Amino acid sequence: MAEDSKVFQVEIITPDRVFHTGEATMIEFNTAAGELGVYKRHIPLTTVLAPGIVRIHNDGEEDVVAAVHSGFAEILPEKVTLLAEIAEWPDEIDKSRAEQAKRRAEERLASKAESIDIKRAEFALRKALVRLDIAK
Amino acid sequence: MASMRDIKRRKGSIQSTQQITKAMKLVSTVKLQKAKNRAEQTNPYFNYMYQTVTSMLAKSGTIDHPYLKKGDSTKKAVVVITSNRGLAGGYNSNVIKLVLGEEALDPKDVLVYAIGSKGKEALERRGYEIREDASSIIEAPVYEDAAALCRRVLEAYTSGEIGEIYLAYTHFKNTVSHIPTLLKLLPVEFDEEDLEKSAESNVLMNYEPNEEEALDEIIPKYVTSLFYGALVEAVASENGARMQAMDSATSNAEEMISDLTLKYNRARQGSITQELTEIIAGASAIS
Repeated sequence: MAEDSKVFQVEIITPDRVFHTGEATMIEFNTAAGELGVYKRHIPLTTVLAPGIVRIHNDGEEDVVAAVHSGFAEILPEKVTLLAEIAEWPDEIDKSRAEQAKRRAEERLASKAESIDIKRAEFALRKALVRLDIAK
Repeated sequence: MASMRDIKRRKGSIQSTQQITKAMKLVSTVKLQKAKNRAEQTNPYFNYMYQTVTSMLAKSGTIDHPYLKKGDSTKKAVVVITSNRGLAGGYNSNVIKLVLGEEALDPKDVLVYAIGSKGKEALERRGYEIREDASSIIEAPVYEDAAALCRRVLEAYTSGEIGEIYLAYTHFKNTVSHIPTLLKLLPVEFDEEDLEKSAESNVLMNYEPNEEEALDEIIPKYVTSLFYGALVEAVASENGARMQAMDSATSNAEEMISDLTLKYNRARQGSITQELTEIIAGASAIS
C-alpha cells in the first residue's frame, strides 16, 4: 500500500453545470456540523453543506478555491461529490453586490422585526460574508 | 372556376403566412439548441441527486419521516408546466389532457400551481382551483425561482394543507420526441428495482448530523431539483414542439402554393384561349 497514490476524485455539481471535476489529495469544506477536511479513504459519509469556502489541495498544483452555498456532500473512500445549489469561482463574484447583500442582511437582523425570517437573513448574511472573504 | 385574381390573392396570403412560419421555425430551432444544452447540463445534478436519495432510502427504509408518508389531507397539489405561448402543436394540450385524464386527480381535490398561462387557462375553464400562477418562471427558468416555488409548495405540504404533490410536464426525450409526464413528487416513491440495486452496493454510509436531519435537508433539495429539471426540459420540449409544428406548417404552405400555382396557370391559359376564340369569332363575323 505504500506506493498507493493519495489522490482521489473530486466533483462539484450544480443544477446548471458540472462545476468542477478533478483530482485532489485533500479537500476542505464547511458543513452544518463544522469544518471538515477529507483525505483519501475517508469513511463513507453524507453531510449537509453550510455556506463556506471549498479548498481543493493537490500536490504540486495550486489550490483550487471556490465558494459553495447550501447543498450536500457525499464522501466515499475514492471519491468526494459536492452537490451544491450554488457554487462560484472567486472571479465570478460581484463584490459590490455581496457588500450590499451583507448590509441588507445585517439591517434586517438588527431590526428584529417580527415579519422577517431570521433564518433566511442569517443565511443571506453568511453567503455574503463567504463571497466577500473569497473575492478578496 | 375561380378567377385568376382570386387565386393570386390567395397564393399571396399563403406565401406571407409561410414566411412567418419559416421565421418562427428558425427562431425556435435556435432556442431549442440553447434549451437542449441546458437540459443536458442539468442532467448530472439530477441523476446524482436521484442516486443519493434512493441509496439513502434503501438503507434507511424504516425511517418515519413526514416526507415519506401520505399526508392526512385529501387535497392534492399539481404543478402543471405548460407554455405561455401557443402555436406549438399539441404541446400544451397534451399536458392538459394528461391531467384531465388522470382519475386520481378529481377537480374538487386539486390545487393547481400553474407554470405557463396556457395550462392555467385551460384548467381554470374546466373548474380546477388555481392556487398560484407562476407563469413568468417559464420565460427564463432559473434555479432560484424553482426553489422559491418549491418552498411554497412544501410549506403547504408540511402544514397539512395538501396530502400529495404531483408534477405534470413534458419530458424531453430527444429533439423529435417529447413525452407528457405526470410524476408523483411527495410522498416520495421510488422504483423498487432502483432501491434494491442501491441496497446491494456494499458501502455503509454514515450521516451527519443524523439520518433524519439529513433527510430533512436533502428531500426538499431533491424535489427542487426535480422541479428545476422539469422546467428546463419543458422549455426544451416547447421549442422542439414549436419547431416541428412550424416545420410542418411551412411544408403544408409549400404544397398549397404549388397547387395554387398550377390552378393559376390553368386559369391563365383558359382565359387566353377564350380571348383568342372570341377574337377569331369576331374577325370571321366581319369578313
